[in-house]
Amino acid sequence: MHGLINRAIQGFVSDNFGAMRWRAICRAARLEDCEFESMLHYEDSLTERLLDAVAADIGVPREAVLEDIGTYLVSHPNVEALRRLLRFGGESFVEFLHSLDELPERARLAVDDLGLPVLELRDVNVAEGHYRLCCRFAQAGFGHVLIGVLRTLADDYGALAFLEHRGVVVTKAGEAIETIDITVFETAFAAGRSFDLGAQAG
Amino acid sequence: MRQEQEAEFHGLLDLFCPMHALLGPEGEVIHMGATFAKLVGGEAALGQGFLDLFEVLRPQGCETIADLRAEAGQKLSLRLREGSRATFKGILAPFGEGAAINLSFGISIMDGVRDFGLSGSDFAATDLAIEMLYLIEAKSVALGASRKLNQRLQGAKIAAEEQAFTDTLTGLKNRRAVDHVLSRLIERGGPYAVMQIDLDYFKAVNDSHGHPAGDHVLQQVARILVEETRSGDCVARVGGDEFVLILDGVRGRDELARIAGRLISRIEEPVPWRGAQLCISASVGIAIGEAGSRDGGAVLFDRVDKALYAAKHAGRAQFCFAD
Repeated sequence: MHGLINRAIQGFVSDNFGAMRWRAICRAARLEDCEFESMLHYEDSLTERLLDAVAADIGVPREAVLEDIGTYLVSHPNVEALRRLLRFGGESFVEFLHSLDELPERARLAVDDLGLPVLELRDVNVAEGHYRLCCRFAQAGFGHVLIGVLRTLADDYGALAFLEHRGVVVTKAGEAIETIDITVFETAFAAGRSFDLGAQAG
Repeated sequence: MRQEQEAEFHGLLDLFCPMHALLGPEGEVIHMGATFAKLVGGEAALGQGFLDLFEVLRPQGCETIADLRAEAGQKLSLRLREGSRATFKGILAPFGEGAAINLSFGISIMDGVRDFGLSGSDFAATDLAIEMLYLIEAKSVALGASRKLNQRLQGAKIAAEEQAFTDTLTGLKNRRAVDHVLSRLIERGGPYAVMQIDLDYFKAVNDSHGHPAGDHVLQQVARILVEETRSGDCVARVGGDEFVLILDGVRGRDELARIAGRLISRIEEPVPWRGAQLCISASVGIAIGEAGSRDGGAVLFDRVDKALYAAKHAGRAQFCFAD
């Protein structure tokens, strides 16, 4: 797994629960080092152990942890850069949803060895704001992170949206396909957060 | 152009080139795209002379609409006369008796977007400006992460070097290792011997044959020192051409003298180097830490230093015992 992903988990735990809690979780997950490097790669199994340890420590299901990580990634001031990069995807929430197809390519432009899920947005009923997002990745769970990201970004854009995880199918090749149903009720529900193109974060 | 056609034409330009303007025969702005309007302060700019709003940086000497029309199809570089210092790229085509001109930010896109408070909808959907801004920002975030990693690795490298006991050129022990070994021996008590070896004529080799030759000589000396000592002895390079041997266990003055003599004569054997013969020699100071001695490392090194000085003073290629 790319270090950025492990680093996101580290940031989520330390920024929300403190460094002591993070070290305790690392011990529980039998990690040798509590500090992940954003630009290195780590064993996939290590990330799995880590997520289980976080879920056990916080006392919520793993899916909830993943969703909270998604929320953290686009709302916490320490990771403001990521929110900005995502907002480049579109002027409105719907436009942003359509830019999700390009997400892996956008990520590669920034960090060329960062493997992200393949995303595909289908228009189910545009007039009623229904969309379906398919997320294909080597591991299951990314869909829940996406729900956290999308729910928070909808707020960010000032849109009102409803999101639902429709489950995961594992293909014969071992690839996990997760489906998310999205309903956008109003695109201008609230003022949202501003996005100034020229103001670089950090 | 019929009115209907003209409206269609303007609509097309507005959509495809939001940073364009149409100029009349006197160079006055007669129509402009929405983003162009943001650059020049809105509708009030209609009717003003394009060259009163913009300064043409290149090609130089563009002062009139006729000059501008003469540069049709050429790449222009422009700047606003007031406000932002951002530069624009431009291209112009004759249009009626005036001209049509289209602008872009080129490399100063960051400044431009900030100065004029532009957003995604200010650029044509086909314009790569937004992707460009994304890329600039994404790269600077990624570079920041890489830089942090490099700094941490650099710190770790320095820490590792500080803790190292090895001289990287010769593979011998270093000064840190000598201090470490000696303090252990002093704690345990003697007997042991310390030899300090200083190369003679080494500087001459370095000066006349270059540093690679000097390094080669140091490596040969290191090999000789290792061959002439026992595996339990500590052999270290402690300075440019200074070496220290710490010989553990009882060895009489005679044996130490024999070792020192052999070392000097072997070091004096010429070393072949790219067709030349490199000749050096060595001076040796020897101090013995007697059984039951309570001398600290500083005292011992002071004694061995004096012995080395005496050896040097006695002419090169000598060894000398501390009293």
